[in-house]
Amino acid sequence: MDRYIRSLFYLQNNFTFIYKAFRSKITLMDKTPSEKLIFDYSKPKALQLKISGDWQLSAGLPLVSEVLTQLDSHKDIAELSFVVSRDFKWDSAFISFLFKLSRVCKEKNILLDAQGLPEKVEKLLPLIPAQSEKIISRKVSEEPLLESIGSRVIGVKDAAFSVLNFLGDIVLAFKRFVCGRAFFRKDDFFVILQRCGVDALGLVSLITVLVGMILAFIGAIQLKMFGAQIYIADIVGIAMVRVMGAVMTGVLMSGRTGASFAAELGIMQSNEEIDALKTLGVSPAEFLVLPRVLALVIMMPLLTIYADLMGIIGGFAISIGVLGLNPIEYFNHTVTAVKVSNLWLGLIHGFVFGIIIAVSGCYRGMRCERSSAGVGEATTSAVVTAITSIVIATAIITFVCQIIGV
Amino acid sequence: MDAVIEVKDLDLAYDDFVVMNGINFSVKKGEIFIVMGGSGCGKSTLLKAMIGLNPPHKGKVLYNGLSFWDEDERSRQDIMCRFGVLYQGGALWSSLTLRENVALPLQLYSNLSASQIQDMAAFKLGLVGLGGYADFYPAELSGGMKKRAGLARAIALDPEFIFFDEPSAGLDPLSAKMLDDLILDLRDNLGATIVVVTHELASIFAVGDNAILLDADTKTVIAQGAPKDLLANSKDPRVISFLTRGEKQGAGR
Ligand SMILES: Nc1ncnc2c1ncn2[C@@H]1O[C@H](COP(=O)(O)OP(=O)(O)OP(=O)(O)O)[C@@H](O)[C@H]1O
Ligand SMILES: [Mg+2]
Repeated sequence: MDRYIRSLFYLQNNFTFIYKAFRSKITLMDKTPSEKLIFDYSKPKALQLKISGDWQLSAGLPLVSEVLTQLDSHKDIAELSFVVSRDFKWDSAFISFLFKLSRVCKEKNILLDAQGLPEKVEKLLPLIPAQSEKIISRKVSEEPLLESIGSRVIGVKDAAFSVLNFLGDIVLAFKRFVCGRAFFRKDDFFVILQRCGVDALGLVSLITVLVGMILAFIGAIQLKMFGAQIYIADIVGIAMVRVMGAVMTGVLMSGRTGASFAAELGIMQSNEEIDALKTLGVSPAEFLVLPRVLALVIMMPLLTIYADLMGIIGGFAISIGVLGLNPIEYFNHTVTAVKVSNLWLGLIHGFVFGIIIAVSGCYRGMRCERSSAGVGEATTSAVVTAITSIVIATAIITFVCQIIGV
Repeated sequence: MDAVIEVKDLDLAYDDFVVMNGINFSVKKGEIFIVMGGSGCGKSTLLKAMIGLNPPHKGKVLYNGLSFWDEDERSRQDIMCRFGVLYQGGALWSSLTLRENVALPLQLYSNLSASQIQDMAAFKLGLVGLGGYADFYPAELSGGMKKRAGLARAIALDPEFIFFDEPSAGLDPLSAKMLDDLILDLRDNLGATIVVVTHELASIFAVGDNAILLDADTKTVIAQGAPKDLLANSKDPRVISFLTRGEKQGAGR
């Protein structure tokens, strides 16, 4: 009850507000813009502007173009002066009107006589820059269609080169790492390892258990028709271990770790931290990119195995708890169905996805523009690149396996 | 004394956007050289070309007679090891504490033991008045403190050439004065050659041996010489009004 009364009050308040606004609108509307500005041609070759009423931002004011049309129809005008009434109110809106007017007058060689204006306005007038400021031209990308197609094609080529360059840097850094000459801090490496491994376990568990359950349910509907429900164990086991575990982990880690790599490196880029490394002769590929790539390449296969297991547990739980299958039989079916080759395949997926996620995150971060919008863009495109590449890589691996018969 | 840094016919640009044309100057050994100019005229861009971050559009930068941008990657690296740079925003490595920030260059290029490196780092932080903050991360500092920590890192290796990008911007008057004294100390006691980008008039007159003034409109160097001479003898109204904060408009106007 209390709540209703309070919301009634709220409504009433709102209505009063709207009503007041409406009334003030009416009182403000006492003069229309055209009444605020009257043109007086009583003197020869001179135009006097009679200004009255409210010329503030909130009230609205006449357009300079009205004066301009007057000037155009009276070509002999050589002087412009002002008379203001007692009810005249102004703020910077009026100054901006004058600002534009003074430009127009300068162009048309008309003398602007400010004496009739209030004293304070007169004092503000000299602040208006004498010449219009130079517009410094930015590079604008308004190209004709064909040209823009052309530059896009060239852009793709450039992008491909820069990705290859980046990969090359990583490989070189890895070589130096193997030779023990790379400069990176072990502490940093372990922190990253923890962040993209242990810290991700909760999320990975949740999602893959659910995926295992979903697979079991879907399988059950079909297999029930043949009375072959126990084969759910085979479906869940093979699907999880062969690709689903790796793909789900990959997608999760793209959003989690790939994005954070891109954001971290992007912010370092805009803070000049990466410049500071370069002038010190430390290669960012060694110091920043390599530990991230290594950490994810180590963690992704491990996370994949963990995800496989979680998925199988999810399927098991549904099959035993809901569908009423025999646990021992389920276990045996799973063990015989999942071959070592499937496990290897899952690990390969995990390994490849690890490289993809880390490289796209770091690449986008390092190529980030030096602004906060740039960091946002880098993060988004890191995730998009990673997920797209993961799907493409899965398709390729599946296709190759089909051919070689794994 | 010989010029140790020479900048010859340098043109600066970002793609098609020209920032500066035909910059020429030289810095003698042990000199404090000031680069002045209005905001956005290209001071930081010039500095980036000098420290090897952005290649110039055209022209040369010579260190002890070696043309920096014409050398191969390796000898460029050798020259860069002798730089200390204070960036406009500090540019501290955000994942490291102040102590680790200052220690990193030492780990890379010195032969000191780990404990000596720690001592060195503590000493350099003490020099800029941040001795108590060694275990803080950059995110936990104010803007001015970041600047000072960046300075401690820049001088970690007792570099031969030190570059400062607006060192006193964002500092209170006392810290700014302390910084000026520190710059003089670095030059007098370590024999460093120092290039300072600044528009802080007090510092310009306090520390500058020589200076150039960049101008955004003409995209060139419009004055060159010792700041005090420039103020006393320049006939160019733009120079006079820059050096007097516009209070004297100069002879020309
Ligand atoms: N990354 C960039 N891409 C394109 N243009 C840039 C870039 N960085 C700077 N500029 C332009 O180059 C010009 C010079 O910039 P710079 O940062 O060198 O100025 P500055 O003299 O250091 O100014 P301040 O005193 O404000 O630091 C500016 O007009 C700016 O618009
Ligand atoms: Mg700058």
